[in-house]
Amino acid sequence: MAQSITTLTSANFDETIGSSDTPILVDFWAEWCGPCKAIAPVLAEIATEQAGNITIAKLNVDDYGDIAMRFNVMSIPTLIVFNKGEAAKRLVGAVGKGKLLQELAEFLPNSH
Amino acid sequence: MAIHHKVLIIGSGPAGLTAAIYTARAGLLPLVIEGEPSSTSDQPGGQLMLTTEVENFPGFPEGIMGPELMTRCREQAARFGAEFITEKVTRVDFSSRPFRAWVRDTEYSAESVIVSTGAQSLMLGLPEEPRLIGHGLSTCATCDGFFFRGQEIAVVGGGDSALEEAQFLTKFASKVHLIVRRDTLRASKIMQDRALANEKISVIWNSTVSKIHGDDKVTGIELTNTQTGATSELGVTGIFIAIGHRPNTDLFKGMLDMEDSGYLITKPGSTYTNIEGVFACGDVQDHTYRQAITAAGSGCMAALDSERWLEHQH
Repeated sequence: MAQSITTLTSANFDETIGSSDTPILVDFWAEWCGPCKAIAPVLAEIATEQAGNITIAKLNVDDYGDIAMRFNVMSIPTLIVFNKGEAAKRLVGAVGKGKLLQELAEFLPNSH
Repeated sequence: MAIHHKVLIIGSGPAGLTAAIYTARAGLLPLVIEGEPSSTSDQPGGQLMLTTEVENFPGFPEGIMGPELMTRCREQAARFGAEFITEKVTRVDFSSRPFRAWVRDTEYSAESVIVSTGAQSLMLGLPEEPRLIGHGLSTCATCDGFFFRGQEIAVVGGGDSALEEAQFLTKFASKVHLIVRRDTLRASKIMQDRALANEKISVIWNSTVSKIHGDDKVTGIELTNTQTGATSELGVTGIFIAIGHRPNTDLFKGMLDMEDSGYLITKPGSTYTNIEGVFACGDVQDHTYRQAITAAGSGCMAALDSERWLEHQH
């Protein structure tokens, strides 16, 4: 069964990030953003394949611009990996699955 | 063990997709290695994925959104049997036949290849650019304009792309400064008229951007007057570069003949490159016209060239 992607809102953002026992990748996206749509299937695959190792979450910048502003998001997609509640890595722009997994390697267990 | 095809098409903008439609309809079962997700024009669909309304592609009197036009072209090619792989070619070898291309460790071989890898935005070449891209520096107004609501920003360039971006950005920005290198614009008349009539756009002539200020985001730019050499400061929190494109030909260095600027050289009036059986179409070999419709036209030429060439091989 496919691992679901967490939907973040202004209301649940801090709690979700703070209470996650795995690293959590937040995808800042919007409906009108083409590259955001292009990476959606890639993120869905990673959510399933790496379930238990990393959590994938999405935040819509149209609906929750306050959170986007808090993290200085000025271009989307922006992917921020939070580890133990802190922003640990930021990727700006869409990338292919291979490159994304390379960037996430430090947060994932060695064997997979 | 290589996966073999009669026709391999590298790139999926209007040129690649038109070539795919024609070679598919000719029964050649083309494989299109269309590229991978990206926030630059180096992605499936090419440059039009980063625009909004396309008003000059014939057949659409009300205009059509760039991404939608590309989706339709892709569907059309798929309808006739073109196969797609959403990956980026990492290496090619055209030194012997069959021709070969790799996506990392996966090898593809083909009797003929159509190169349609297009072009991507030129940057200014300033050292601070890699640090500030996505942090106030952008090459895509449609992607990032949203984040500059109520702000004062700059657009660099004087062609149709720059004016289109500037025009689009006035939907969000409080003011758009258009930085133009010379004292004229090279954009089409209709775009010039629209931009100059737009109160939110002000043009700074004879200027280049010599520095972009800001540590973790853009706080301003330094301009240099191309006539006098005088410098000045402009307080903008966003800067969009639209000064032109460079062809995506790094893959083919040392293999396909190309000009110093990187554009592939094709035999005049055809899509033949210096290697028989390898054809080039679209912006990757066109520094003169660079329109979606001319790219589509040359994609058709490449398909017909490859189809006839393949026939001669048997």
